[in-house]
Amino acid sequence: MASKRANEELPVIARFEVRRRNYLAPDGSIDRPLPAFATDARLLVELYRSMVLLRLFDRKAVALQRTGRLGTYAVSLGQEAVSVGIASAMREDDVLLPSYRDNGALLWRGVKPEEILLFWGGDERGNHFSGPRHDFPFCVPVGSQAPHAAGVAYALKLRKEPRVAVCLFGDGATSKGDVYEAMNFAGVHKLPLVFVATNNQWAISVPLRLQTGAETLAQKAIAAGFSGEQVDGSDVVAMRAAAEEAIAAARDGKGPHFIEAVTYRLGDHTTSDDASRYRSADAVQAHWKEEPIARLRSLLVGRKMWTKAEEEQLAAECHERIEAAVERYLKTPPRRAETMFDNLYAELPEAYAEQRRELAGEDDA
Amino acid sequence: MPEVTLVEAINLALGRAMADDPDVVVLGEDVGVNGGVFRATVGLQERFGPERVLDTPLAELLISGLCVGMAAQGLKPVGEIQFMGFIYPCLDQLVNHASRMRNRTQGRLTCPMVLRTPHGAGIRAPEHHSESTEAMLAHIPGLRVVMPSSPERAYGLLLAAIRDPDPVVFLEPTRLYRAAKGEVDDNGEALPLDLAFILREGRDVTLISWGAMLKETMAAADALADEGIAAEVIDLATLKPYDENTVLGSVAKTGRCVIVHEAAHTGGFGAEIAALIAERGLSSLLAPVSRVTGYDTIIPMARLEQRYLPSVGRIVTAARKACQYN
Repeated sequence: MASKRANEELPVIARFEVRRRNYLAPDGSIDRPLPAFATDARLLVELYRSMVLLRLFDRKAVALQRTGRLGTYAVSLGQEAVSVGIASAMREDDVLLPSYRDNGALLWRGVKPEEILLFWGGDERGNHFSGPRHDFPFCVPVGSQAPHAAGVAYALKLRKEPRVAVCLFGDGATSKGDVYEAMNFAGVHKLPLVFVATNNQWAISVPLRLQTGAETLAQKAIAAGFSGEQVDGSDVVAMRAAAEEAIAAARDGKGPHFIEAVTYRLGDHTTSDDASRYRSADAVQAHWKEEPIARLRSLLVGRKMWTKAEEEQLAAECHERIEAAVERYLKTPPRRAETMFDNLYAELPEAYAEQRRELAGEDDA
Repeated sequence: MPEVTLVEAINLALGRAMADDPDVVVLGEDVGVNGGVFRATVGLQERFGPERVLDTPLAELLISGLCVGMAAQGLKPVGEIQFMGFIYPCLDQLVNHASRMRNRTQGRLTCPMVLRTPHGAGIRAPEHHSESTEAMLAHIPGLRVVMPSSPERAYGLLLAAIRDPDPVVFLEPTRLYRAAKGEVDDNGEALPLDLAFILREGRDVTLISWGAMLKETMAAADALADEGIAAEVIDLATLKPYDENTVLGSVAKTGRCVIVHEAAHTGGFGAEIAALIAERGLSSLLAPVSRVTGYDTIIPMARLEQRYLPSVGRIVTAARKACQYN
């Protein structure tokens, strides 16, 4: 006790705080005045439509996987507001570095649904997508895209381009050195870089309490010398607002920011996972009250921005768009086997030409 | 032409590449004000500024990951890892990202980066400073692995590596940094990648090596000449992808081959060359292919490292044995 009193006499040299942002309560009521963009009914409806499209697209993808027409697939169920909200605040020439569960961001940025299916269907051509050419492909090794984001942001800053890198990863990734090393560097150079940790409470079966002893993930930014905030990741208005502010500040030379989007993974980790092995249905059920789509719908309906007829029309439109994409995906002709050599190097080295010929010959024989 | 050391040749190539192309950036630990622990980057920050010659935090994974991100954005980053013993945190980035960015995006994004690191033992350095794990890197599809053995080739090959549109790991023979001297014309001319160099022609036995071991290998060739054995010496120079034709052509001529590397024996890159000769050069062999390599031990610290490194004597013995085989 004596030593504790002695410690208390020492001067405090730094204090830090982490704030939490939300606007919409789970029932769609408003907790605090909405940000300026929320007066734009068309934007709110667009956010809504994108989340619905993502959820229906996920449902179809799982159906394709269950019937043997798609490989392992990761759904965004319950966390649609994160990737959609973030992407909606980006400019086309900003650079997205997504994890494997950020389909909402890719779709918003113009990647075609059939391209996403092609990738998860086991074909690299899916990454040669129609979205911005400079965007990164899905990153599968968790968190390993964070150093790329720092490299991209450094390049943007070096060239004095008013563009921002946006890096998405999950709560599990924040345990990796990759993410910390990237954040540390971003802090040193005040890079135009926004980190977004989708804290969906689970890294496959490992709950957040076994992932970190920290009270928030957002506070990890403080150690790297920049700001972090917690955002209700099931509130798309909050996600959009946080992203808009952070991206504008980064573009303005004010450096990086960290957004911890607190949400919940309502689905399995992937189609290869069975979450009932490690969490109860009751625990999951409780989180359905918070999910982002019903929440925004309540707001829209309450403000007379959305009708039942529009809901039905949206469902029909999404269905049509997804079915058409699935058809194009399923009709995509297979690659010839030897094309596995074609983007190995800019020009195939002589040493591997024979292997390519051999593979081509098997099919021609 | 001025005579320079190998590390000075590296410095000349970096300076030339940066002067020619504003997209070239140099990054690593202590590469800025300090000019690198071996002085490979000395003077570059003064010439090109701290934004293009960047002292990074002490984080090797970061250095390699930054290179991937920068390269995908169109820069041509040249990262430095201070010693090869510290390159292992970069393996995730090299294997999962740098080597396959072009392939996994089908050419949409590419990775024109160079990761430089000193390679090998023999300078009485502390533990973890004497590694030669090039075979590990040469196993990675999509990567290039290059190792010069003279100032002239260090200059020309590094320029080629920086200009190459794909990722290159550039291994610099630590032992030769200051020991190797030669004339280098700083004319901006690159040497070809993926090709071996025949350093000495001979009809009796082919000696194949790379990096610092070329020094002992050339000395062995001199000693063999005194015995009337004409050794052909090949500097492989690029290990991935390597010049199979020069190897097979030489063995077709001599019928005998000794491969020399300081890396551990089992699974070393010599095994790959021996396998190539077994597959495609067997009919020309007059003697078994042999390997003179480091032992299958942990590279010992300073007091025993010379006993670990292949000696001129071991190379001469192996070559002599090959020539006496019948």
